[in-house]
Amino acid sequence: MKGPSTFNRVSVVAGLAFLYLPILLLVIYSFNASRLVTVWGGFSTKWYGALLRDQQLLDAIGVTLRVGLISATLATVLGVLAAVALVRSGRFKGRLLFSGMIFAPLVMPEVVLGLSLLLLFVAFGLPRGFWTVTVSHATVTLCYATVVIQARLVSFDKALEEAARDLGCTPVQAFFAVTLPNIAPAVAAAWMLAFTLSLDDLVIASFTSGPGATTLPMRIYSQVRLGVSPEINAVSTLLIGLVATGVIGVYLVQQRRARVADLGAA
Amino acid sequence: MSARPRSGLAAVAPFLWLGVFFLFPFFLVAKLSLSDTALAMPPYAPRVDWSAGFEGVRAFFAALDFETYARLTSDSLYIAAYLSSLKFAAVATSLLLIIGYPIAYGMSRFPPAQRQALLMAVILPFWTSFLIRVYAWIAVLKPQGLLNAALAQVGLGPLNILNTDTAVYIGLVYAYLPFMVLPLYAVLEKQDQSQLEAAADLGCTPSQAFWRVTFPLSLPGVAAGALLCFIPMVGEFVIPDLLGGSGTLMLGKTIWTEFFSNRDWPAASAVAIVLLATLVIPILLYQRQQQKMIEAAQ
Repeated sequence: MKGPSTFNRVSVVAGLAFLYLPILLLVIYSFNASRLVTVWGGFSTKWYGALLRDQQLLDAIGVTLRVGLISATLATVLGVLAAVALVRSGRFKGRLLFSGMIFAPLVMPEVVLGLSLLLLFVAFGLPRGFWTVTVSHATVTLCYATVVIQARLVSFDKALEEAARDLGCTPVQAFFAVTLPNIAPAVAAAWMLAFTLSLDDLVIASFTSGPGATTLPMRIYSQVRLGVSPEINAVSTLLIGLVATGVIGVYLVQQRRARVADLGAA
Repeated sequence: MSARPRSGLAAVAPFLWLGVFFLFPFFLVAKLSLSDTALAMPPYAPRVDWSAGFEGVRAFFAALDFETYARLTSDSLYIAAYLSSLKFAAVATSLLLIIGYPIAYGMSRFPPAQRQALLMAVILPFWTSFLIRVYAWIAVLKPQGLLNAALAQVGLGPLNILNTDTAVYIGLVYAYLPFMVLPLYAVLEKQDQSQLEAAADLGCTPSQAFWRVTFPLSLPGVAAGALLCFIPMVGEFVIPDLLGGSGTLMLGKTIWTEFFSNRDWPAASAVAIVLLATLVIPILLYQRQQQKMIEAAQ
């Protein structure tokens, strides 16, 4: 097979430059000593220091992390169950409705999801706050988790599960002893995706949150509306760094695993 | 096989969860869109008077009407927002196809090991906060921003892009590019190269081979990418809000303003219902397409 042509290389490089240049500039200017965007006033980490003294921001980070941890865990557990049902059980009553409910939130405008969840909480007279955001995030991210786990489960050899059943395992035992360890990387990836989506969400949180449960994106948004500031660049850089480290870490682990599997097969 | 019906039991918990937190709320949105605004908390009427029993429920249903919808259709602002949302999403989807296709195609021509790294590079921005990525463009596009500083160096500009429709297009294309490239790449990467060689043997020039073989075979990816971008873009809020101007009308922004600024919950709900009614066909198409791809893998 022929390698990439010059045109192919230029398209890919230009595409990646377009994707990364704005992020790169944002990171660079978080180290700018000057408050002005276009004036480079020398290297400084003072905006990072300012973050540590911003109590509202620190509170928002705390809320966001707790919402993310709990909602991602809920979403992953429900996602595993949903994926098992979709892949393993062929046709069951309400399957069409079920798969519809899994797929629709993936593309549904967030404004609509946020509004509908808010109306639910209002209808039941639930005070809005930490738990309403957490439940809302779990609802949306569970669909992403299902899709990720489903993709892995589809390629998982069912014969292994059946062998465990023949050896006397109950279906639940077979699931925990054979299936779950095999789909573990996808389950971990699903959790990370759910966590990241929760960490990033502005719209749904704005609708479903209440006083005392301001998340980090809500805080960033209210500051962004006032204009560009180096503090936002600094906190954004930290978030980007955190997520990039996590994602690249998972990628490298999977690459290693794939290489080991290749060696094993050879 | 005996295990089959039992694994259906796994669906119970997620089914109930989505029923309560996803499906049921849509009935509430539909109900509220038939209600009227009221000076109360929550700010709408009627509400069911449960103490009056059956009579209360009957009175509640009798008080529902289509007044909010009538209000929407008689106000040219809502109609303009509706049309302009569709225009933004359609134009941005076309731009994404034109920009995303060469990138996805280029990626699929690299050797497999490098492809993995490129794929990772395209996915990584998707994991990075949407809000932050949109915010990054404000510093670039604003009047005293980085773009104008760069243009001034070469004696051009300044351009006034921030708070215009152009900025919204840039933001939409930027934010949704990974969603376009990934499905395209997925089909292009799987394509059998021997088909191209066969086309060449039969006398096709490379460009003929592309338009007669590669492109038609990549149409499922084109459809998936276009739907995956178009549907959420129609209801986009963050991008028009932060990059667009006061004249930029989009339904996502309308719902937000009606709800948070005007406290007109019935209007926000009615706009949401109109948005959903518009998107229901693209969403069903997308779902069917995904189902087909999963079944093909199975």
